Parts: sequence; structure tokens; C-alpha cells
Amino acid sequence: MRIGVFVCHCGTNISATVDVEKVAQKISRLPKVKFSATYKYMCSDPGQNLVRESIKEHKLDRIVIASCSPRLHEKTFKKCVEDAGINPYLVEMANIREHCSWVHKDMEEATQKAIEITRLAVAKVSRDRPLEKTYMPIEKKVLVIGGGISGIQSAIDITFARYPVTIIEKEPTIGGRMALFDKTFPTLDCAACILTPKMVTVSQNEYTTIHTYSEVEEVNGHVGNFRVKFRKKARFVDLRKCTGCGACWNKCPVKVDSEFDLGLGKRKAIYVPFPQAIPNVPVIDRQNCLWFTSKKCGLCKKICAFGAIDYDMSDEIIEEKFGAIIVATGFNQFDHSVYGEYGYGRFKDVITGLHFERMANSSGPTAGKIVRPSDGKEAHDVVFIQCVGSRDEQKGVPYCSRLCCMYTAKHALLLKEHNKDSQAYIFYIDIRAAGKNYEEFVKKVQTDYGAVYLRGRVSRIFQKGGKLIVRGADTLSGGQVEIKADLVVLATGLIAQADAAKLAQMLHIPYDQNNLFTEAHPKLAPVETITSGIFLTGACQSPKDIPDTVATASAASVKALGLMVQDKLEREPIVAKVNPDACSGCRSCIQACPFSAIEEDEIEDSRLKRKRAVAKVLEGVCTGCGNCTAVCRMSAIDLEGFTNRQIMEEIEAL
Amino acid sequence: MSKDFEPKIVGFLCNWCSYAGADLTGTSRMEYPPNIKIIRVPCSGRMNPLFVLKCLMNGADGVLVSGCHIGDCHYSEGNFYARRRFAVLKKLFEYAGIDPRRFQMSWVSASEGEKWAKLVKELVEEIKQAGPNMLGA
Repeated sequence: MRIGVFVCHCGTNISATVDVEKVAQKISRLPKVKFSATYKYMCSDPGQNLVRESIKEHKLDRIVIASCSPRLHEKTFKKCVEDAGINPYLVEMANIREHCSWVHKDMEEATQKAIEITRLAVAKVSRDRPLEKTYMPIEKKVLVIGGGISGIQSAIDITFARYPVTIIEKEPTIGGRMALFDKTFPTLDCAACILTPKMVTVSQNEYTTIHTYSEVEEVNGHVGNFRVKFRKKARFVDLRKCTGCGACWNKCPVKVDSEFDLGLGKRKAIYVPFPQAIPNVPVIDRQNCLWFTSKKCGLCKKICAFGAIDYDMSDEIIEEKFGAIIVATGFNQFDHSVYGEYGYGRFKDVITGLHFERMANSSGPTAGKIVRPSDGKEAHDVVFIQCVGSRDEQKGVPYCSRLCCMYTAKHALLLKEHNKDSQAYIFYIDIRAAGKNYEEFVKKVQTDYGAVYLRGRVSRIFQKGGKLIVRGADTLSGGQVEIKADLVVLATGLIAQADAAKLAQMLHIPYDQNNLFTEAHPKLAPVETITSGIFLTGACQSPKDIPDTVATASAASVKALGLMVQDKLEREPIVAKVNPDACSGCRSCIQACPFSAIEEDEIEDSRLKRKRAVAKVLEGVCTGCGNCTAVCRMSAIDLEGFTNRQIMEEIEAL
Repeated sequence: MSKDFEPKIVGFLCNWCSYAGADLTGTSRMEYPPNIKIIRVPCSGRMNPLFVLKCLMNGADGVLVSGCHIGDCHYSEGNFYARRRFAVLKKLFEYAGIDPRRFQMSWVSASEGEKWAKLVKELVEEIKQAGPNMLGA
């Protein structure tokens, strides 16, 4: 064994407090060290050349670089030694900068410590084994979970590159929350008008497969090779036969509250959520359908000219393989019934922002009239309350939902447009209008649409004489205000979907205390997760408006395409390996593995003359955490790159 | 306890959080005593309690294992296993007559450079109080 040690000055970053020459000299006295040198900047081209040339000249076979943190230049030096013919896993870095020269002032102490740190690295490298990268095939298909604007945009981008995409959407139609909106800020584009073209583009594309009314049930595997099981729920309407003519829902005698209209309107038991739904095929709500509840009616089946109604349909379980997964599951609305101040959700005329959207929408339950839900009269004095549920630690939502200031301003504008004599009062804490043209929009709502902004919180809403009395503070004028309102609109915040935690656990991706999915790095990797091959887009990662959602959707699709275009996937060989002779088959490692990367295998035991169970590592799945190695009682499983012997050698060098 | 006793402490830091946190301490140029030497492991869950004992048998005066905060483990569950395992180890220490101060677990995230410096300072003080480790003597 011929170890070469290179000690970096790093300009004066290291050499100011560590005598690098002394380190090189002391280390050269160790038995297996055959060469040591110092250089100003080891990571520079001449520095790397020094390493490569020394390897050749002195026939070195293992290298230690005593310099900065391996988190910076490990890859640099791995490549450097590989160019000189040494296996890249036979190089170690001694961190004598972040952990030494930068944190100690006394030169003698720092130098002594640097020598010891380098000695540890020499001990480790002496036990390192050459490892070879492995390669895995990649399934050239992307899964998008969620068919809202973020999922749709991701799918469009991926199909543009001619790769197949499957969208799995929980609702009977794609379109997501954006389909509920009336107009979008700040352009006041009609939401459906800008969404539906994208819905059509994605659904008519030959590379897209859309499964609506479907949910993911199980995800196994890893990047390049995810095995996904999903349930296609029974619609009781045959997608292939239905033409969307509407005869069935016209005849259906059952009327229930419409989810799409948030209870403000009705739908039938056989229904299409909204007119531009894709697929334009209804679904039967079996909780309310007379056939399913009491075997009566059956009118829809009788009237269907295409024989598309099939009461005997059952859920279908489908299993497919994907190379990458994009999570686009969106958000839910905060439930304001926890606020006693606003009436516990019991006042009919206290509604949410989404309710307002449905009312303002000309194809909505009130045909575009802004009215009081209690008596249907036009609403004139409308109070808007911002930050309902957001920025409230006591209600478990400490964050800002990012959109509400903007959509409230938009609502005030729409109110004025719909009811010329109306007056909007907006209670706010701050105004967050950070996007492009957002500030100008809010200003316009105040100057041109007469919205009155009151900085303060609302302490109480109560009913009196057919109106809602809203009591709040106006901190800028230093007084209390009382407004007799026809309608109160609460700017409820965005929260995670109810099943977010369950989905995250299925995908093995981390999520935070708000059930928002965690990105790999908040600044530098906002659309990736630490789980390779799974990417995030839209509000399921954090509340965001439509421009940001579309941006992250395209970003996530680029990440997924980056995998699709590879011939094969490179895997780091820092994986666990089992010595079957020593393995007792106790399955402790199988239980300990967070990634289900170990399974049971059978071997023929020549001594016992029978088969016995031993552990086997699925190298493609193993992430190299080493938990298995720590639990093994037989020392039969070991983690390459951080083996027991390697760590113990470091301990012995202390 | 002689006044010039400088404890030898070993720290096993997980690659994703604690090691990065210690790097941040360096990048921020915060100072702490040089008594601790760091060995990198992929996960606090990689740590076999026997390694801790081996350190103490080999003359270390104190051992620290540091990982990601509970719930944030890069490998999702490793630090849960570490926490349980080392709770049992501490019990063994009592049984075997090893000063329990000589082993500590900490949770340092990649953004907690200041916490790392403070932790090391306090740890060195505590081991100084515990005195030299006579186990391997």
C-alpha cells in the first residue's frame, strides 16, 4: 500500500492557523504513507495535476487530501484520482479547514489537531476498498399525481419532449382548484378561459394518459423504477361509450349540494362537476343515487342512447412502472368554523373566498350575482377579512398563505363591477403584493374601485336586524369600527390536503409540521425531494399563486426529463453487502431498513445440508444509511464505504 | 483533576445534518476548543454502540454522537433507531461503572453552526469535570 497525502494551504485559510508543512512532514512518517506534499490550492488545476503526477511518479494507490470539507470537493478529487487510474473510492478528505483552521486560533493546538485529523483519514483510506458504480435501467414514463394546473403544466412539458406521461387525478375531472375561480389576478383573465385550453392540450396529446376518479394506493421501488399501484374508482359510466350528451343528468331526480359550488348550488346524483370537465363523462354518486341506495329509479340507464350506464362497474386496481414521479396534489381551504369570532361557520352570510369566486362566476350557482346566501338579495356593504386561518399559530397555521391579499383585492374589484353601488371594506394586517403588477393592482382597487382598507383585526361578527354587525379595529386612525354588512367574505388560507401525510409516507418523502411536502433544499432545490426521482410542484410544497405554480411545474418536468433522457442511471456503490455465511437470518436488518431495501433470500447451507434464510440487499434500492449494519448482531452485513473495519481503524488512530 | 487535563473527545457526526452544521461553524469562523475530533458517518443510525465503547477503551475521555433532528433524518428513520439504541447504552454505562457524562447524543441541523460551537464548549467543560478516563489506562 502506498498512500499519498496532500496538504492544502488554501491560500491562507488553512496556513494562517495550521503549519501545513509540519502536518505534511509528520504524516509522512506514518508507515503506509509513501509521499506527502503541500500546495497553495489543491482544488485548482495545478493542484490536481500535482496529485495526478505524484500518483504516477511515486506509484501511489490511495490518496488523502487534507483541506476543506468533503461536502465541497469530494467529487473533484474523486474525478482527479480516477483520471490517474485510481479507483475513486480510494480517496479520503481530511477536513482541516471548517473543522480546524477556521475554528481554532492557537497555531500549536490547531496544527496538532490537523495532524490528528489527517491521521484519521489515513487510517480510513488504508481500509477503503475499491468500489464500482452500478447502472440501472430507467423506465421512460413519468407519473404526475394530481391533475390541477400544476400537474397539467408538468404533463404538457414532458409530452413536448415526446415522453409518455400518466396523470392520476382524484376528482372525476382534471382542472383542480383553478376551475372554481372566476377571474385571476392581476390580469383579470377568466380562469376557465386560460385553464381549459391547457386541459384540452394535455388530454388530446398522444403521449398523455389520464386516469380521473383514481387514487394512488401503493408506491414501491426507486428512481428509474417506481412500481405504482392505483385504484380507478367505478364511475358507473363507460368512458368509451358516453358522449357527454347530458340526457342522464337532465333526467336524474336527485338533487344534492354541489361540491364544486361549495354548497351554494345543487347537482344531480349523476353529474359532471362543471361544463368544461375533461373527460366530459358523468360519474354516479352512489351515496345519493336512488339505484344504489334503494334499487329504485334507474332513469339514467333507461334514457342513455349509448348504453353507457353500467351499475355493475367495480373499482379497478392498476399497477404500472414509472421512471419519475411528480407530485402535484395541490391544496385545501382552511376551515374557518374554528373561529368563534366569525360565527363558527354558522352564519349563512359569512362565506369564504372560494364561495365568492363561485358567486362572481357567471356560470356559477347565482349566475354571477353577488348576493347574500341567506335571502338572495344583492350584497351592497361587504366586509372582507384577510388572514383567516393564516399567520395564526393558535389555529395551527403559522405561515402566510401568499394569495389572500391579492384575491381579496380582486374580490373587492369584482364586487364593484357586479354591484355598482356596493362598498368593500377590507380588514387587513399587512398587504402582501409581491408579484409582477401586484402592487399596482392593489393600488388600483383602492383608487379606482373605492375599496376601503382598514388595518386591524375583527373581534366579533354577530347578526342583528337581518345584517351582520362586524366589529373591528382601525389601528391607523386609532379607533374601533362597526360596520353593518350584508355579506362577510373571509380570506381563508391554503392548507395541505387531508391525505397529504398519507401520500408522503407512501412515497417516502418528508413533510413538515404543516403537512406540506419538504423540498430537498429550500433555496437551491425547491422542486426536488431528497428521494431521488420524486419531484414537487405547486401548492402541495407551499402555498403559491398561479404564475409560481406554472413555473415550478415546468421546473419539475425538466428534472423528470433529465432522468428520461439518460440511457441508464448511475448509482453510488455506497450500499450494504451481506456475507451469507455469517448471516443468521434473524431479519433485524430487514426491519431496520427505512427503504425496504433488504429482502429474504434462500441459500443452500453445505454444512447443515439444507436451505436456510439469509438477508439480501437490493442494491438498486439501498441508499447507504448503514442502519442495517448497526443492528446486525452477527456482523454479517456491512456498509461499503463506511465499513465497520474502516470506522474502527479511525477510532484506533485517535 | 489536574488543571492541565485536556480531554480527548470523539464526535461521530451524520453526513447530512450534523457534519454540515459543524462545517457552518467553520464557515462562520466561530471558535470552540480543539479537543474534539470528528468522524463522519452517513447516518446517526449507522452508529453501533460498540464503537462508543471502543473509543472509551482506546483512551477517549468523551464520545458524542450527533444526528439530524428527530423527524428530519435524511434516511427517514435512522435517528430514531440511534436515539433508542443509545438510551440503552447509557443504561449500560451505569451498570458497567462508566461515568454517563462521557457519552452524549445531540441533534444538530445543517443550519445550526452556532449550536455546534456552544455544544462543543459545554461538552469539553463537562468532560473536564468528569476527569481523565481511566478505562483504558
